[in-house]
Amino acid sequence: MKYVIIGNGAAGISAAGAIRKHDKKGSITVISDEPYAAYGRPLISYFIKGTVTQDKMPYKSPSFYEDYRIKTVFGQSAEKIESGSVVLNSGQRVEFDKLLIATGSLPFIPPISGLSGNPNVFTFLKLDDAIALKKAVKRDSRVVIVGGGLIGLKAAEGLHAICDNITVVELADRVLAAVIDKQGGDIVSDHLEKNGIKCITGNSVEAFNNNEAILKNGEAVGCDILVVAVGVRPNVRLAESAGISINKGIVTNENMQTSNPDIYAAGDCVESFDITDGSKRILALWPNAVRQGIIAGSHMAGGAEPAEKGTMPLNSVGFFSLNVMTCGITDPRDNSYETIIKTEGQKYKKFVIKDDVLRGFVLVDSPHRAGLYTALVRDKKPLSSLSGDITEEMGLINFSKDEIKKKIGGGEIQ
Amino acid sequence: MKRIYAREQYCINCRLCECFCKTAHSVSKDIIKAHKTEKPEPVSRLFVEGDNMLSFAVNCRHCDKPACVEACITGAMVKDPETGIVINNSERCVGCLSCVLACPYGAVKAGNIAYKCDLCRGEEMPACVKNCPNRALIYIEGGSER
Repeated sequence: MKYVIIGNGAAGISAAGAIRKHDKKGSITVISDEPYAAYGRPLISYFIKGTVTQDKMPYKSPSFYEDYRIKTVFGQSAEKIESGSVVLNSGQRVEFDKLLIATGSLPFIPPISGLSGNPNVFTFLKLDDAIALKKAVKRDSRVVIVGGGLIGLKAAEGLHAICDNITVVELADRVLAAVIDKQGGDIVSDHLEKNGIKCITGNSVEAFNNNEAILKNGEAVGCDILVVAVGVRPNVRLAESAGISINKGIVTNENMQTSNPDIYAAGDCVESFDITDGSKRILALWPNAVRQGIIAGSHMAGGAEPAEKGTMPLNSVGFFSLNVMTCGITDPRDNSYETIIKTEGQKYKKFVIKDDVLRGFVLVDSPHRAGLYTALVRDKKPLSSLSGDITEEMGLINFSKDEIKKKIGGGEIQ
Repeated sequence: MKRIYAREQYCINCRLCECFCKTAHSVSKDIIKAHKTEKPEPVSRLFVEGDNMLSFAVNCRHCDKPACVEACITGAMVKDPETGIVINNSERCVGCLSCVLACPYGAVKAGNIAYKCDLCRGEEMPACVKNCPNRALIYIEGGSER
């Protein structure tokens, strides 16, 4: 059996491991246009900061590819998929019996004038982006980051270690708008401001002329380097060439199989099912990519990893030692949801409840035992079955005695 | 694999497990120094929950499909394929706490980095179990509920 995986990120590498677990003999080839062993992609901001060096970035042990007998085709891009082969940019064809498309995301580039071909414009998704940015940014550079989402803010935090003038411009009324509510977002931007990063919300960059970024409201911000971090789009170009079904992302069944039974897909390029709001959408998140990769790999190799029943937004991220966790619905659109908010200084906890079920939460500077809340959301646990006030503190003690016995006594191991 | 299981009916909320865990994960391995002087302060990897009516220790389940490992963005959190022990490699952890948010038992401890039970790294008997006066913690195959 010939397995080919396009993409060497969280989904691709997890799939490779799962395939080898189920098929000791088949050949596995991983193709990536990046010339590196799989690395923790979110580590690129730590690389800029200098707290994680390039040699500490690999996600697996140095002998992983050898141990799992995985053939690597790195530094070459896959151009198209046709009749059982992946065609590389060199013209070489790599044949497959089972193919996984784990091509991840591409940065979305908004229509800002002055971007095209400009060497002072950067994106922030890959290690090569971070290497180039680190080289370009000097202590007195004036950096403007377009987009105050997770990527933009982590870029800002990383760059702050090597540069004194950083401004984040976010179109929404708050930072982290995709994952957090206004009150939580404002705590984060206040904290960033205190640490020396300027945050402008409700505005966007319309033009860049290598000296200034011109904002929508006409204001000009001094700028030598522009980092575009407004979001990502699923990288589905190859999937298109294979003629498989695509909606918001690549469409798969619960086993991550696409409309072509020999082709699977996993990770950021796939349309996921969000169990917290019932929507089908792109959830470009690390744990989601790992899980989908494991499911895809298992099924490609005839294994029986339980199907993907849906996933949910889940983020834990630190900015200058302030931890921010978000899960599920954090900013409900209508008043059918009940929200409970607890604040104390910088600590902020918000719980979003509907029909006796926790649908989402925000925890700022309150990470203690957060996973118990995540499990309540995922399991749609009736809150009335729990004792005590879980918005104050949560423990296994809030479960019934039978459930406690199961959890601590070994009746249930995930 | 052998795991640590708690038997709440024997737990008297004495928290000796926490003391001995902290000591076992200290540099000095001395109970006084670990609690009074050692810097950085060692971290106990388990929690005792409850009060004198009902209490029990919670520590890592070393899950078969650990959510913490799947959530880890650096590769610091790994499950040893041979021993089954889930370990957080402190040198590679950047403290994003994705594992804390992922663990359905709330068993990963949040600090500057994540801390968790490592089953005393293959010691014959983990410190918490060895020092529990009532055998409210046991280290066996299978579990007390199975």
